[in-house]
Amino acid sequence: MQLNLLLLVVMLGAALWTVMGRSLLKAAIGLAITSAVITILMFRLDSPLAAVFELSVCTGLITVVFVSTISLTKPLTHKEIIELSKDRIKRFWYLPVIVAVVALALILIKVKNDLVPAESAWELFKDVKSVLWNFRQLDMFGQIIVLIIGALGVSILFEERRRDEW
Amino acid sequence: MPSLLILIPLFGIMILNLPFRRLMHKAAFWFAFALCMIQIALAIHHYPLFWGYELVQLDSFFRINFSLDHLSFVMLLCIGIVTLATLLVTRHTVFDEKERFKFINLLIITSIGMNGIVTVRDIFSLYVFLEITAIASFVLIAFEKDVYGLEGAFKYMMLSAVASVMILSSIALILLVAPSTSFSAIHDAVRQSADSKLIILAMGIFLSGLLIKGGLVPFHGWLPDAYTAAPSAVSVLLAGIVTKAAGIYTIIRVVGSIFGFTDTVKAILLALGAISVIVGALAALGQNDFKRMLAYSSISQVGYIILGFATGTPLGIAGAVFHIFNHSIFKSLLFVNAAAVEAEAGTSDMDKMGGLAAKMPYTGITSLIGMLSAGGMPPLAGFWSKFIIIIALWQSGNHTYCVIAALAGVLTLAYLLVMQRKVFFGKLREGMQDLQEAHAGVVAAAIILAAITIGVGLLFPAVFKAFAEPVKELLIK
Amino acid sequence: MFGFFIVLLFVCGFYCILVTRNLMRAIIGLELLIKAVTLLMIVTGYVSGKPALTQAFVITVIVIEVVLVVVAGGIALRVFHHNDNLDVRKLTKLKG
Repeated sequence: MQLNLLLLVVMLGAALWTVMGRSLLKAAIGLAITSAVITILMFRLDSPLAAVFELSVCTGLITVVFVSTISLTKPLTHKEIIELSKDRIKRFWYLPVIVAVVALALILIKVKNDLVPAESAWELFKDVKSVLWNFRQLDMFGQIIVLIIGALGVSILFEERRRDEW
Repeated sequence: MPSLLILIPLFGIMILNLPFRRLMHKAAFWFAFALCMIQIALAIHHYPLFWGYELVQLDSFFRINFSLDHLSFVMLLCIGIVTLATLLVTRHTVFDEKERFKFINLLIITSIGMNGIVTVRDIFSLYVFLEITAIASFVLIAFEKDVYGLEGAFKYMMLSAVASVMILSSIALILLVAPSTSFSAIHDAVRQSADSKLIILAMGIFLSGLLIKGGLVPFHGWLPDAYTAAPSAVSVLLAGIVTKAAGIYTIIRVVGSIFGFTDTVKAILLALGAISVIVGALAALGQNDFKRMLAYSSISQVGYIILGFATGTPLGIAGAVFHIFNHSIFKSLLFVNAAAVEAEAGTSDMDKMGGLAAKMPYTGITSLIGMLSAGGMPPLAGFWSKFIIIIALWQSGNHTYCVIAALAGVLTLAYLLVMQRKVFFGKLREGMQDLQEAHAGVVAAAIILAAITIGVGLLFPAVFKAFAEPVKELLIK
Repeated sequence: MFGFFIVLLFVCGFYCILVTRNLMRAIIGLELLIKAVTLLMIVTGYVSGKPALTQAFVITVIVIEVVLVVVAGGIALRVFHHNDNLDVRKLTKLKG
């Protein structure tokens, strides 16, 4: 229990750093750290397969995508950075304040747990592999379709046309 | 067998992307054409062989829970017709063959997504297909990679992704009480714990997410930008069916079959519908750009649909479903005309246009028919659906909303006629001397849509029965 | 207790999208939101005794999320090519 609480606080800290960090690269790395902590939390919540997926895809692939996209864009000039950081502090300082206020509000409002629990006739659902392949084939097709869209989107959006550039 | 609606296009796409360049580029258009025609034929005729028969081999492998009722049939028909119109417009507005090939692929995928949305009976699969449709639309809007398109795509993407997050979090909360995610299971679970604050919160979040996707006020920020900035063919698709299938159909299905028609839900939807009608109509009055005005008009019409649906009476719901069908037809018609005008005149700024009807007669006439139908002029189709919605509002005791709807109908007619006069009639402007009529394909699409609108309007008593049937099924639960 | 932190994560994500002036940072904020939702799904799965079902959902959501980020990054990159910077305030060409 204590470990969960500690992990959650670390996750929140990483998220705050992501939002408030100065440079985009730091934000991307902050996102990766948040993903990693979420992976550990998922392991502790009995979901190893999802945790592995999250680790390899979100912490790995998405961070690579972000870092490569960010590095393909030109960084701001020095003057622009100074201008931007002047009112950046004004804008982004509100976040910890808002987080603290919301936290306090949540502690004070006690949400009553009056949910009627479901009947669980689902002993079959112990194995993720059987769930995915036997019961949710439609979602698998959805994933295939989404990947095709991704491939088409990349071929459309990332096309370098010579005459665009000059 | 209904699963074939999704599987056949999917395998078709995989085959189309095999490396036989020339053959596949030509085949793409005809394949998509055939798919649309088959879908329209199946949706109209309800062949029992296709819809009822369960292919044992296939189903034991796929075990997908599809079951179709008449609302799905109406939506499938709309999807088929609008996709066909978009296809015809694409052929003549996207010029490079390689680009057109990718465009048609994305078009087929979007139609797979929408077919999925209207046929599934499981809330998570609904989410998956919503996302498929959404992501395919982003890529389509940004297809021409001009700044406007990218901006519209980005705004739509941000808001749509936030809506998806809301829908997912609501599904997560519902999983606390429901044994699985099929519609019937959730229906029973929500019935049992109807007083729980958490479930009411979940329902509220889910509805908000769907309202964002459907473009109702105050969640409509992305709509004018996305519709205006998209390439003309994509605007036809978006306005004609994507917003309605993703937003409005899902609201009808979810509120009708899962959450139930409580009084709060009705009151909220009535209020939002009325606000959308008014804001859409007022904003459309002040627009200079052809497509932007049509976008605001879409917001207004969708408000009508929600108003009709929120009455909860059989007449209201039938009117709403009928208006969904009519709106698909006449809004697609108007956007096809906008595509023709944009392709020939090169601009969509109404101040620069005038008197185009002399040069583009077919476009002018079909546009006039579309406008009259949108404005609710008898005996065209639009009149009947608006009339039914207004009567349903009066009958269910919402007199103020009824008056608002009627007045907004007058406003609709007003701005549409102003636009018609500005663009098509009046004096011919300089620079527009050597315009020609649009390509035969685009004109054919416009004529077909106009014919459907006139036909449905004239044959109203016969056709209406087809639209009133879904109502019984929705209300029985 | 988990719910508490997940709501705070949501707040961070929403704030990031609303306040930022940079396109890429808006996408990062969106990512934070999606992570919060996946964590919420896992937590509700664990609490209600259905970890396998929610894992299947989370895997699907992660696949969709990857494609979304790739498409979003592609659009942001194209905007950069046109505008030479990633400023959200400059994306105001469409008016009305």
